[in-house]
Amino acid sequence: MNILEHVGIGNYITLSALLFCIGAFGLLYRRNAIIMFMSIEIMLNAVNLLLVAFSSYHEDPSGQVFVFFTMAVAAAEVAVGLAILVSVFRNIGNIDIDNLKNLKG
Amino acid sequence: MNTTILLLLFAPLVGFLINTCFGKSLGKTISGVLGTTAIVVSFLCAICLFSQINANGKSFTFHLADWFSIGNIKINFSFLFDQLSVLWLLFVTGIGSLIHLYSISYMHEDENMHKFFSYLNLFVFFMIALVAGSNLLIMFIGWEGVGLCSYLLIGFWYKNQDYNDAAKKAFIMNRIGDLGFLIGIFILGFHFQTLEFLEIKALLGKDVITPSLLAIAALCLFIGACGKSAQLPLATWLPDAMAGPTPVSALIHAATMVTAGIFMITRMNFLFDLTPEIQNVIAIVGAITAIVAASIGLVQNDIKKVLAYSTVSQLGLMFLALGLGAYEVAVFHVITHAFFKACLFLGSGSVIHALHGEQDMRNMGGLRKVMPITFWTMMISTLAISGIFPFSGFWSKDEILMTAFHSNIPLWVVGSIASIMTAFYMFRLMYLTFFNDFRGTEEQKHHLHESPALITIPLVILATLAAIGGAISLPGHSWLNHYLAPLFAHKSHEAHTLGTTEYTLMAVATIGALLGIAIAYSKYLKKKEIPIADSEVQGLHKVLSSKYYLDEIYMVTIVKPIYMISSFAKKYVEKFISKAVIGIGGATYALSIKGKKIQNGNIGVYLFAFIFGMVGFLVYVFIIRDVK
Repeated sequence: MNILEHVGIGNYITLSALLFCIGAFGLLYRRNAIIMFMSIEIMLNAVNLLLVAFSSYHEDPSGQVFVFFTMAVAAAEVAVGLAILVSVFRNIGNIDIDNLKNLKG
Repeated sequence: MNTTILLLLFAPLVGFLINTCFGKSLGKTISGVLGTTAIVVSFLCAICLFSQINANGKSFTFHLADWFSIGNIKINFSFLFDQLSVLWLLFVTGIGSLIHLYSISYMHEDENMHKFFSYLNLFVFFMIALVAGSNLLIMFIGWEGVGLCSYLLIGFWYKNQDYNDAAKKAFIMNRIGDLGFLIGIFILGFHFQTLEFLEIKALLGKDVITPSLLAIAALCLFIGACGKSAQLPLATWLPDAMAGPTPVSALIHAATMVTAGIFMITRMNFLFDLTPEIQNVIAIVGAITAIVAASIGLVQNDIKKVLAYSTVSQLGLMFLALGLGAYEVAVFHVITHAFFKACLFLGSGSVIHALHGEQDMRNMGGLRKVMPITFWTMMISTLAISGIFPFSGFWSKDEILMTAFHSNIPLWVVGSIASIMTAFYMFRLMYLTFFNDFRGTEEQKHHLHESPALITIPLVILATLAAIGGAISLPGHSWLNHYLAPLFAHKSHEAHTLGTTEYTLMAVATIGALLGIAIAYSKYLKKKEIPIADSEVQGLHKVLSSKYYLDEIYMVTIVKPIYMISSFAKKYVEKFISKAVIGIGGATYALSIKGKKIQNGNIGVYLFAFIFGMVGFLVYVFIIRDVK
């Protein structure tokens, strides 16, 4: 049963674009590094959603395989990123990115 | 065999390296002995090769290593050992050994003696490369190398600015000639697709090059020879080169390096044979140089300058012979000249040594009694250079004049006059230096002494050779012509039968020489004339002692305009260029000051730029480009 028969591909594209824009704006507006991370995750997942939708549309499973890779890489990225944030918090007491200017040349 | 060749080639180089790296710590005597040994080893190897080639007459090429190949042209480090190169090596290393030996004593008071020997060894190495190279490029390496060593040795006493200038002058004059040589090499390489002498020789008959281009190539090669062998108009560097220590003058500026041009033309004789018009040019330039240099030599007062002009004049005679196609005659004169001129220079060095650096003949005189060995050896060489029977110079000069007489009477007249002048100024030198009373200071007189054995032994050997050297090519029974015959296409000039003409010519030449001697005798021995001070010189004498104002003419026509162009370029062109360059630098700097403000460390701004950049890129890719 093809789910695309019930919800058209256009809706997926729109939703994905919306999610991506929300993520991008979140990234630009917020100063809290954790929130920014979450925004990045939203953007990543917007792309994942699109990949899965197109995979179904083209009846080509490789798109779904690709999503698994993306998720695995994203998990690794978050693990590293959070570790950095923990270390930043221990050093300067907050995680506001406006305070992260000590390495400026 | 290979060991012999390698030793021959590289013994001087090894000597140079050791003396350069460790010379100072070895001490003067050891570094001198080492340098001398290196050349003696080369000399012994040259004797081996010579006896082999003289016995079986087979020339061969020794391939040392590949160098490079461009297109079809392949250049190798290979060396050609034939009658000509081995003969040349023999006297280069032979006379080189004697002069090294001489230098051990002569240079012993110099603090940089090891440097002197390392330069001398390097010179001999390059000279061997020049002579033995089997292609034009190896010859050119040697050619440039000897030029470099000549420069280093002329300016050996570098604390004197005049000597440095003389060194620079020699180098620059030589560069002009070298440029000609290089262009000649390019023309030949381009058309023949090879620079090997033997291959060029084989290809010459096959019509690969037009006669006019061949003539241009020959002319270019001759210009190179002019520079190295100090022919007009590039002759003025050689007299100035006498600034170097006397052994250098003997080795480089009389016996070996300056004969490189003659060697090159002899080596390329097959090419010059095909361009008779260039041969004419060579003969005429040689004759003019011979007489001009001889006439300047008449009035010089510096003992080394006299010998220098005499060298230029003798080289002119050799070129005269080359131009007439009598290569073996030129080679003969090169050899005899090497003997007597080296002896004369070393003798003058011995005199200068005894007088503690005095070179002006007006302050000499009467040295015959204190320096008998120097006197007698120089006397023999002077007789040889003046062409007195039976000394070596008589035979070689006579052959040149005879060749000239048979092909071109005016050239014979010019050559004969030059020979008479030679006899005159050489005996003038002898009378002023060795006869009458001593004219130097009391202190010098007190210190007068015969030179030590290390100086006199080479003198004696060279004087012996100068006396009997003519035996290698006696008219009618010429060993040399026979030996060199495989090199030349034409029949050797030995063919002249010794008829009345020849005997008459010999008689004329001898009478001419005796005339020159007689004038010198009456003027400087009988009347005890002493050349007047430089400031009182007038008329023709002044023209001669100012060297026909050649230096001044070059100064006005070449040096001054170049200076003007350079100072113009320095004042305006360089200013413009440097301002432009500095301006570009300044603009970049100003931009970077502004630009670095963008990198303010604010992550938000970076992200903003990043996302808007991406958006802009996507807009371009998907919207703007699609619309187009």
